[in-house]
Amino acid sequence: MGTVTASKTMRRRLTGWDVAALLLNLTAVGAMALVMWAALLYARPAVNLAGDEQIAQRIFYIHMGCNIGALAGFLCSLVGSGLYLFTRRLDWDRVAQAGVEVGTLFGCGTILTGIFWAKPAWNTYWTWDPRLTTATITVLLYVAYLLFRNGIDNRHTRARFGSIYAVFAFLSVPLTYYSARWFRSIHPVVFGGSNPEAQGDFETIGPTMSQTLSIAMVGFLVLYVALMWLRWRQLRLADRLEELREELET
Amino acid sequence: MNVSAPPQQTHPDVASQATVSLRPVQMRVGGGVAAYWRKVWAIAHKDLRAEVRAKEIFSTMSAFSVLAVLVFGLAFDLRVPQAEMVVPGVLWGVLLFGGVLGLHRSFGSEVDRGNLAGLLLAPVDRSAIYFGKVLAHLAFLLATEGMLLPVMLVIFDVNLFRPGILAGLLLGTLGYVAVGTLFAALTASSRSRETMLPILLLPVMVPVFVAGVGLTVASLDGRSFADYRHWLAILAIYDMIFLTLAFVVFDLIWEDA
Repeated sequence: MGTVTASKTMRRRLTGWDVAALLLNLTAVGAMALVMWAALLYARPAVNLAGDEQIAQRIFYIHMGCNIGALAGFLCSLVGSGLYLFTRRLDWDRVAQAGVEVGTLFGCGTILTGIFWAKPAWNTYWTWDPRLTTATITVLLYVAYLLFRNGIDNRHTRARFGSIYAVFAFLSVPLTYYSARWFRSIHPVVFGGSNPEAQGDFETIGPTMSQTLSIAMVGFLVLYVALMWLRWRQLRLADRLEELREELET
Repeated sequence: MNVSAPPQQTHPDVASQATVSLRPVQMRVGGGVAAYWRKVWAIAHKDLRAEVRAKEIFSTMSAFSVLAVLVFGLAFDLRVPQAEMVVPGVLWGVLLFGGVLGLHRSFGSEVDRGNLAGLLLAPVDRSAIYFGKVLAHLAFLLATEGMLLPVMLVIFDVNLFRPGILAGLLLGTLGYVAVGTLFAALTASSRSRETMLPILLLPVMVPVFVAGVGLTVASLDGRSFADYRHWLAILAIYDMIFLTLAFVVFDLIWEDA
């Protein structure tokens, strides 16, 4: 059966899915170009800032976009892991792995852009702000996830153990956030309190900034979906290749 | 090690040691809560007895903890004006790093001695194995802490025997062992479990670490209970969430074994 499908795949022309993937990738490239244009040229400078800070503020659009990508990736990993544990279909595990890989990439982007932005804005690269702490720990959690997966040879064991760890990792994130939030304040009641990263009310600053923010978030989401799909297909093909190789050997 | 023998048949070597009276543990599948806890206790009892004989885990953890406290004491001695400033971080940092040394033996020793299959064949729910291991390692780690606190009293001249800190240590250790035992099971058969376990465990432990340090700081500053009870709440919530989650997923780990 394996050889028949293999030869079919080799002779295969472009299918509807290939065309859809190509279109999605092109859309992602276009969306990123649009985001860069909007973030660097279209959005008006923030009137309440001056000098370096005013220029650095434009990092925010990319920062926020990366953040959306990371969030989507880690959510996909939770959903994929949970569904894998219920259905035991390896495709869901591939969703989880692709989500973690792409999410970690975006997570690193979020932290790096945050660091570049923090120096002019807060005059320090790093603070132990709850969001920074939580974001960094989250990226480390998923780096650990990827390292852990690499060490397991059996495909099904890898999927099962990875899924279990992904569920634990995801659930520890809100607790990390609240504990880090309480750590920095003397009084425990800070729910809904002042937000250190609040950028002011976008509506009062100007419509171009809020429009740019929306463009950035949608654009990065499209980029996320495109990367996720590519990685998922790649993992699928790699597994398929592995299966075929095993069939040939036996 | 004979794999097929169910554990209620006592091993002849063990039975011959007359000093330890071995009551055959009644293992029945099913039964009520009391029967379940008897099984949990049987697993914990096995580990505790092995530890009393080998003194492998406790000695490793306590030796490491004392050494680490000494190293931290030396490191901070010159620059830190008051020991109270670093003691909370040292206490929880040493516990986190020292605990891993024992935890990877939790299932690692079963794998090394070829005992895992026997343990898994025991006619008990898999979660009973998990809770038994948690109980045993809770005891090992609490014993290490019981030794660590006086050492810190001597080295740093800071009295950590305060009700708030002790309650926090109990809750924090429970959460640590709850997650650590599950991850020890996940990494038990991997080639590099000694290095993999801390990499997996430490990021998940951040809430416990932060809450533990916050609680210790507040207690050392002499604040009232109302000022640090939210840390105890975080630790308790952490324990509940992860004990429940581990209970649910523990069955999945060895489903192909």
